Amino acid sequence: MDDSNQHKTGQISGAEIIMRCLHEENVKFVFGYPGGAVLHIYDALFKQNKFKHILVRHEQAAVHAADAYARATGEVGVALVTSGPGATNAVTGIATAYMDSIPMVVISGQVPTAAIGMDAFQEVDMVGVTRPCVKHNFLIKDVRDIASTIKKAFYIASSGRPGPVVVDIPKDITADLADFDYPKTVEMRSYTPVIKGHSGQIKKAVKILLEAKRPMIYTGGGLVLGDASNELVKLAKALGYPVTNTLMGLGGYPATDKQYVGMLGMHGTYEANNAMQECDVLLAVGARFDDRVIGNPDHFLSVPRTIIHIDVDPSSISKRVRVDVPIVGHVQSVLSEMNELLAAETKKPDANAMKAWWSKIDGWRSIKSASYEQSSSIIKPQYVIEKLWEVTKGDAYITSDVGQHQMWAAQYYKFDKPRRWINSGGLGTMGVGLPYAMGCQLADPKAQVACVTGEGSIQMNIQELSTCKQFHLPIKVILLNNRYLGMVRQWQEFFYENRYSESYMDSLPDFVKLAESYGHVGMNIEKPGDVEGALQDAFAMKDKFVFMNFMTDQKENVFPMVPNGKGLSEMILGTDPNKDAAAPAMEG
Amino acid sequence: MKHIISLLMENEAGALSRVAGLFSARAYNIESLTVAPTEDATLSRMTIVTSGSDEVIEQIIKQLNKLVDVVKVLDLNDGRHIERELMLVKVKATGALREDMKRISDIFRGRIIDVADGSYTIELTGSGSKLDAFLEALDKSVILETVRTGASGIGRGDRILKV
Repeated sequence: MDDSNQHKTGQISGAEIIMRCLHEENVKFVFGYPGGAVLHIYDALFKQNKFKHILVRHEQAAVHAADAYARATGEVGVALVTSGPGATNAVTGIATAYMDSIPMVVISGQVPTAAIGMDAFQEVDMVGVTRPCVKHNFLIKDVRDIASTIKKAFYIASSGRPGPVVVDIPKDITADLADFDYPKTVEMRSYTPVIKGHSGQIKKAVKILLEAKRPMIYTGGGLVLGDASNELVKLAKALGYPVTNTLMGLGGYPATDKQYVGMLGMHGTYEANNAMQECDVLLAVGARFDDRVIGNPDHFLSVPRTIIHIDVDPSSISKRVRVDVPIVGHVQSVLSEMNELLAAETKKPDANAMKAWWSKIDGWRSIKSASYEQSSSIIKPQYVIEKLWEVTKGDAYITSDVGQHQMWAAQYYKFDKPRRWINSGGLGTMGVGLPYAMGCQLADPKAQVACVTGEGSIQMNIQELSTCKQFHLPIKVILLNNRYLGMVRQWQEFFYENRYSESYMDSLPDFVKLAESYGHVGMNIEKPGDVEGALQDAFAMKDKFVFMNFMTDQKENVFPMVPNGKGLSEMILGTDPNKDAAAPAMEG
Repeated sequence: MKHIISLLMENEAGALSRVAGLFSARAYNIESLTVAPTEDATLSRMTIVTSGSDEVIEQIIKQLNKLVDVVKVLDLNDGRHIERELMLVKVKATGALREDMKRISDIFRGRIIDVADGSYTIELTGSGSKLDAFLEALDKSVILETVRTGASGIGRGDRILKV
């Protein structure tokens, strides 16, 4: 290490210890914003060059960018913020990561130890504020505890069901001196995540799967986070069973594969939702049966089926839906074990039953629930996503914000790889898209990164155009501009008799001029015929940030839709002529 | 149904608030909660009295186990157990009441631990329902003040909650 950091005593400052810890963890990027309580830390940061600091324009974006870096790479994202407002600005980012189980360490400055509780300038009880939205948090009270605490923070963040960990460090502690000794391992009697699943349960699961007549495989964000995509593909291929992914699980199974039946849930496909509802054996992997996925749990449970649930978090099992075969363990380890058992098994899936089941699924598929009416005069948002998929050859990192554009991106971009679809599924945080794209682009500098967004969401972190300029991030912003908070407008149309209360976005900026003012390229696209060419032009500018403002159909809605509180098979279809057969009355 | 949940957790600042916060964030009931360090000062033992359906209790146990500071969790209702709670009651003790209060305290095996001109303070231990019964046996007008610790619980025989 850098000997110039060593004081005469051989001891180094708390701030320097923090740097050494981050080096030990092989951190490549720290996303942050300086302030009074972290000045010692920023001074130590100035003197090191092992990781790069990405200066954002708002702390929320720092945390989102660190979160996306973690989603894209599987490594722990790191953010650094100051006390008080810096810390509270980070909270939305932390809660977003918590809901999606993203491994992250957030270091926040705190007022000096003696000032804690004195209502000091820029003081906030960060440990108290973040308690409900972190996996764990720490307040360090002694410089000698920094190394062991940061080691624990990285371990907790990345093991078991991952999640964000906050480490709050008072300013005086970062100036105090101590020896640096980074622990090699962590032993915590109170925290011992389970990895290997119960082998008896796994055997039982395989037996049940092989006896299924109408099987279904349903996987979520846990499969992506657990890097178990290959194991899942192997299992699904060996069995020949249909697979659906949740919004968080997209890319976990290749979307272009014929066994893939599309996303399920509130805006899932007709075939995925009906197969979920009618299956007799359901294998759930790293998914949590949440309200946007299975709709009304009572309706879901009105059909008898055997549910096998693999999850690393015991509390996810039998939370909303009681399951028959719970398997607590790391999804990759459990699926590998299932694959081994299957390979050794002489029994095969029931071919006749599968033929009948697939023919039923193909019937649902033929409805083409994910279709829309193309227009020659007005840009359909779905069309933009289809062309985006074509132009990027299905290989881009797609980040999204939250709303209609998010659902269209999820429905029409066919993700064949995990960790390419980066969105806020759990918390549903508007404003994540641009900082998420920053995190992805830094994680994979040569990759194509597109932020699919709306004119509402993009304005929630628009200041990051400046960060993108500073760090030369060649992100492409795909703004589906319908001059409405589209999802709010859609619900108001369906459930509030077209009273569009505060959902119209007035006084929008000239996005092209705005982008240009930051030195980026701006484009206005107003005609369907220009969409593909504009996308090709934009992605040809490999070293430029391009802001593409697509003026889209104002009244387009996201279909299919399972209304809130309804069951999966009670979907409203969009343009399909058969829709009346399946569509119930629209109610809130 | 009422459940008594015992847990061992790291005796660290903020640990109690993590448990209390979990209950309020997930809208679980807390009837009472007691906590104190064990013979090993690095560990605290907590007894939580809560109520809920079997599904809710199962989730409570899982969510408690998920807290990083929590070392072990036991639902005492899964087996035979003993529950004890301490209550101090200050009652009016004037005239004929002085004898009445003494007698009723004796019936419940309470102890008068403070005597003043107009009042007694009675100490009573037992299960929550015994303490309830004692209060019900008193006329409301004689009760000046009550304070209860909330239940502590322990398993019978070989059921031991230890690290």
